[in-house]
Formats: sequence, C-alpha cells, structure tokens
Amino acid sequence: MEFLNIFLTPDFYSATFRLATPLMLAALGGVISERSGVLNMALEGQILMGAFFGYLGSYLFQNVWLGVLTAMVGSLFLAALHAFMSIKVKVNQVVSAVGLNTLALGITSTLFRFLFGTDSQMASCPGMANLDIPVLSDLPFVGPVLFSQHPLTYAAVVLLILLNLFLFRTSRGLELRAAGENPQALDVAGVDVIRIRWLAVLTTGLFCGLAGASLTLTGLNTFYDNLSSGRGFIAYAAVVFGKWTPVGAALAAILFGAGDALQLRMQTIFDIPYYFYMMMPYLITFFALVFFMGAAKGPAANSIPFEKDKGRRRSARRSRMGGN
Amino acid sequence: MEPVLRVHNITKRFGSNVANDHISFDLYPGEIHALLGENGAGKSTLMNVIYGVYGADEGEIYLNGKPVEISSPKHAIELGIGMVHQHFMLIPAFTVAENIVLGMQKELRLDIKDAEAKIAAASEKYDLRVDPHALVSTLSVGEQQRVEILKVLFRGAKILILDEPTAVLTPQEITELFATLERLKKDGVSIVFISHKLNELMSISDRISILRRGKITGCIDDLANCNPEALASAMVGRQVTLGVEKPEQEAGEVVLELDHLSVCNEAKKEIIKEFSLQIRAGEIVGLAGVDGNGQSELVKGITGLLPATGGAIRIQGVDMTGKTPREFIDAGVGHIPEDRHKQGLVLSMSVKENLFLETIQDRPYTKRHLLQKKAIQEKAKSLQEFYDIRAASLEVPAGALSGGNQQKIIVGRILEQDPKLLVAVHPTRGLDIGATEFVHKCLLKARAEGCAILLVSTELDEILELSDQIAVIYEGECMGVVRDRDATKEGIGLLMAGVKGTQAATAS
Repeated sequence: MEFLNIFLTPDFYSATFRLATPLMLAALGGVISERSGVLNMALEGQILMGAFFGYLGSYLFQNVWLGVLTAMVGSLFLAALHAFMSIKVKVNQVVSAVGLNTLALGITSTLFRFLFGTDSQMASCPGMANLDIPVLSDLPFVGPVLFSQHPLTYAAVVLLILLNLFLFRTSRGLELRAAGENPQALDVAGVDVIRIRWLAVLTTGLFCGLAGASLTLTGLNTFYDNLSSGRGFIAYAAVVFGKWTPVGAALAAILFGAGDALQLRMQTIFDIPYYFYMMMPYLITFFALVFFMGAAKGPAANSIPFEKDKGRRRSARRSRMGGN
Repeated sequence: MEPVLRVHNITKRFGSNVANDHISFDLYPGEIHALLGENGAGKSTLMNVIYGVYGADEGEIYLNGKPVEISSPKHAIELGIGMVHQHFMLIPAFTVAENIVLGMQKELRLDIKDAEAKIAAASEKYDLRVDPHALVSTLSVGEQQRVEILKVLFRGAKILILDEPTAVLTPQEITELFATLERLKKDGVSIVFISHKLNELMSISDRISILRRGKITGCIDDLANCNPEALASAMVGRQVTLGVEKPEQEAGEVVLELDHLSVCNEAKKEIIKEFSLQIRAGEIVGLAGVDGNGQSELVKGITGLLPATGGAIRIQGVDMTGKTPREFIDAGVGHIPEDRHKQGLVLSMSVKENLFLETIQDRPYTKRHLLQKKAIQEKAKSLQEFYDIRAASLEVPAGALSGGNQQKIIVGRILEQDPKLLVAVHPTRGLDIGATEFVHKCLLKARAEGCAILLVSTELDEILELSDQIAVIYEGECMGVVRDRDATKEGIGLLMAGVKGTQAATAS
C-alpha cells in the first residue's frame, strides 16, 4: 500500500521531470547528431564536461548563468573533438566516443583536484532556483509537477518542440535527415554534407552542456568525480528506444527519469541494500534495449563516414584502392 | 548551330592512371548523344567531370559558347546540367516530394504541400507519372527512375546526363523510358546517354561517341549505315564477332528437378512460391526476371544455402531437400555466385588459394590433413593457363585482379570439378566484351560436355543468346517456360512484368 502511495504524490512526478531533464537534453542532442549520420555515444563524456565546466564557471564568476555558458563551451570542446575524429579523420565512431568519454573523465577529475585540492570540503557554487510560473504553479497537483521546475527543465521542453519543428517542418531539417539517410544523394543535390554533420555534432555538444549544467547547477551546486555516472549512456538508450525521434527520445528519457524517481522513494520503504535500488534505472534501460533494440532501425547512413569522392583530393583515393 | 555543351581536351588522372585522356565531346540542343564504352573506359569519370564531382586536371568546358568552371554538383545544377546516376540517389525513407525538393529550398520553412502541388504539375507536364506522396521505398525501379528524371527536370535542367539508365529496367520500361526521352528531346532538352548496350544505343541516339581506355576513338553521326559489329569493334579495339555459336544438341536426362519448391529468405519471409522447373543434361535454361524477384533466394535454395520450406529438390533423381551446402557440392552442383566479391572469392587471399576453395580438402591437394604444396602449385598453374587468368603471379591477392580475371578464377575452379549442374548467376555482370565472350564459351563448353546449366541473368540478350529454354521469374513465381525458338523479347518482357498467359511469351 505504501508502495502505491508513491504514485499518488505530486512529489514523485515532479522528481521524475527533474531527474529526466539531463537525460532528455542529452537525448535530444543525440538525436540531432545521429540523424545527421554521426553515431554519438560520447554523450556521457559531453555531459560530464558540461557538469564540471558549468560548476567551474559558476564558481569562478559567481553567476549561475555564466556557469551554464561555460558548461556549453566545455562540452562543445569535446563535441568538436568527436566531430573532427568522426567526420574528418573518419575513425570508427564507437572507438572515438569511448576514447572521448575516458578523456572527459580524466580532464574533469584532474582539473577538479588541481583547482580545488584534495580535501573533501567541497566548495559550493551559485545554483539556480526553481522557477514558479505565475498562476499555473498554484494549480493543485499539476502546478508543482509541471510549473515549478528549474529553468533548464522548461528549456528541455522548449528545445523538444523546436527540434521537432526543425527536423520535420524545415528545409534544413530535411537536409539534416538526408545526411543521415543517404549523404551521397544530398551531395549530388548540391548540399554540403560535411558542414551539416559538423553543425549537428556541435549542436549535440551544446545540448549536452545544458544537460551537464542541469546536474551540477540545480541544487547540487558542486562537483565530484564521474558525476554523470552513466547518464549519457541512458540518454543514448533513450535515443534508440525513442527510434531517433525527438518526441520518442523525450518520452523514453521521462520513463527512465521515472525509474530513478521511483527507486529513490522505494529505498525508504523496503529494507534491502540501496545499491539494488540504484541499479534500477540501468536495469530499466537494459531491458528496454533488449526488448526493443531488435526492431529499432536508425538512420541508414548512421556511423558511416562520408567520402566526397573528389578527384582533386588524392588522399581520398587511397581508401578506395582496395575495391574492384 | 552552337553546341549547348562543349568539352575540350579534358584530362583527368587518378594517381598514375589516366581515366580521361584529352577528351573532346559536344552536345547540340535537342539531341541525344550517346557515350559508348566498356567498364573502366572513362565514361563515368567524364560525366562526373561535367557534373562537377571531379575537377579536371586539364581542359575546358564551354556552356553555350562560354567557358565555365564547374566546381560542384550544386554549381552544375545551377548551370542547368542534371545527372541521373546509375545507382539512384534517392532516400528510401523519404517521400517522392521530399526527395525532389531536397537541397532546393532556400527558405527555412518547408512547405511540403506546395511542393507536392508543383511536383504533380511537373509530373503532368513531362508525362512522368509518380505520386508525390508515396514513399520511395514502395516504388518499383522504373518509378524510382522517373523520380530521378523528374528531380533533375524540376531543377530546370536543360542538359540531362543518364548513366546506364536501362541496366535495371524491363524491356517495357525501357520502351517507356525511350518514349519519355523522345518527348524531352522535342522540348529542347539535350541528353547524354551512357551505355554499353549496342542495340538500344542505336535505336535511341542521334550520335554515338566511343570511348576506349580514356580516349575518344570515334564519333559516329551516320547511324543508319552502321552495324553493331563495327561499334563493338571500335569499343574493344579489335575485331569482334557478336553472338556465339550454339550448336543444336539433344538434351539428356533430367538433372535438376524442382518440385513445387518454396524458399524463405533470411528474414523468414516466403520469397519462392511453389517453383517447379526441370533442367536436363546438356541444356541451358535461362532464368529471366527483373532483379530482386527472388533470383537470389531460388539460387540459394538450389545450392542448399537456404533450406526448402516446401516442395522438393532432386538432383539426378536423388532427393536433396534439407541437405547441407557441402552435400550439394558433393552431389555435383557448381555455383558461380552473383556477387563475386562477397560470395565467390576471398579477396585478401591469393589467386592460388582462391582456386581451391571447394576442393582443398580432397586428394591429392590434402593428404592426412596436410596441404600438398606441389600438387596444389601444379594444378593452379594449369588452371591459370587454361582459363587465361591474367595475374602477375599466383600469389597476388584476388582483390588486385580485374573483374574479368576474378570471374575466370571462379569459373575455372567450378568447371574443374565437372559439375553435373551448374548454377551461373549474372556470370558476366560488369565484365568487358572479351571476358564476357570467354565466360560464354566456357558455359557452352560445359553444355557440350553434358552439364545442366541454370543461367540467371538480368540481361535479356544474354539469356536469349545462350539458352535452350527460358524460364521467367516474377515475385518468386515461375511465370512460364518458353522454348528458345518460340521466345521473343516482348513476350519475355511481359512475363517479366508479371503478365501471365502462355500466349504472352510468344506474342510479338
């Protein structure tokens, strides 16, 4: 009975949206990159960069909004590396992502120690408070759930709507999707595929920066090693689970957020080691992927580097020597 | 009259390889100028230079008398040059309208309703019937080609480049395409038509330029006084006789019998439905059909690569249903696979190793599990000579050889096993005239020796030339079997398009 009561409190739903925010932002970012044809499993590292640099910026400037800005710059740096490796150097995009995730962990932990010392006294930075929307936040139940969140949660919803409009209602969105489906076709139609992919991957970085900021700057107001703890991978799962659509990815992120909110509340009800509860969001992700991954079909040219086949460029020739 | 397009002294090199060697070519308003040449002659390179995909190393391009530097496909489109690629540049997950407007819209907002209306109007105007709403993945190959042409015209192209446009079409679709091209010609569109099929070039073109080893070797204006043999000779650079000598021969007893065979593909979807066919010793049965109508699955069923889900396969009277591929090979089934790179060869392994893929475990090549180097070397040498496999040595990787020589490795090693049944799938696809001739001779030699042969091909000319009987496959069903002498191109074409009825096959 106590268990069922969880679902009756607005608190649970409010927490769901709060916990889903970083996942949703990163997943929307992932959709952009993957729709353009660049596999992006480096969401994790980008979130972590965003989280750390958001904290650092907010601490140094004593201003949370400048913190959000530095968060975006931090993950943009990692995104640029991923774009360079995937689009320009054309390394395997999974390998690039694994390397960058590790690099992000190294950068953030090292800089954190270097700048803040090793004592456990954690310096707090300015954070953002919940933003109550006038009138609406006073509504019973719905008010605290939907209209009394921190600004980045609202940002996530706005970005979801904008991204959906962009992808399916604009010419540039059509071109971005084409880059992920058949870049050659887009190229002969006279559109610069490389440019689209660069912009898409960099935009993913900006989204992940917001995701990272939403982890450190909305109440926690500090940083610790590996703070993102796998959220980037859960967000990636949301992209797949949501079948590469913004709405699908957002719904999946909310589902995973609900799992997190649920496990936090169950910890106080059943007396088993809380580690088991902490596994829950990951288990939900795992099962969601196991049962739905099979049917999921992503953009056709996802993870395949684009070769422009330009005769002027001699280097492009080498990779084609093997064929025929 | 001034040419709309004039290409002067174009040279294009890839490393040390000269793909285009001082080529000059012109195109007049409202003409169809064909470009004929073998694979690797440099046709596609030339067109890609004109379309701005490659930059030329030397030479100039003039449009309506003015010199232009075409820097990208986008630039080419702006100049009114459009290209329909051999491999369609369409996105299956998008609708027709989305595919057509892709890259055209300058403004941010995508008004797909408006675009659909305009496309419908253009489709009406040029008589290229397509539904703008339809997903490209649901269209037939012929319809997809119409989308490609419409896409190019919709961008205002006055010069249309068609790269091997008939390779994927049925005879009826080809007729329809040619009618479209004639109409466009009347509207003042100039067309460059690339192909290696002589007969169709002669019927559609106003002029034919012949390209060999990167050079223009001739331009023929007077098509009325020109025969295919002369064209073929100019294309190959030596005297060729078209067509093969196929001696009359009595067929022997039944070697392959398919009795209401059903086969599912890897995705468990039933592709081959109750297919019945008999092939006798010393007989070539051609399997005609548009690509993707179940040829692959039928072949896999006959060679044991996919299990039969219904019916039976008998080889020389022995029921082979449910047997393994190895047992099929041991029963005397030889298979020249459709994709020589993926199924026929291990490209990174040497020519010698590739010559023994099926037989390596047999004596005398292996004794007590040890490879017998000497026996292998000797056999490989004799195979290389007999089948004229041109390679620097037997040790070079198969991937380094030309397509024709790669195919000779496969043909040689399969025929060496004296198959009772030979399944040859697209055996000459992508080969030049010389190699094609050689493969055809090998097939006829096997026929003379009493081998039963199933020849799968999408080239109707090849099938008509070699076969004793022609079976037509459409959507996994056998539409009918026609005797060689009763077959007409039109009749087979109707069957290929799924029109049933025995008189269809023999109607002219």
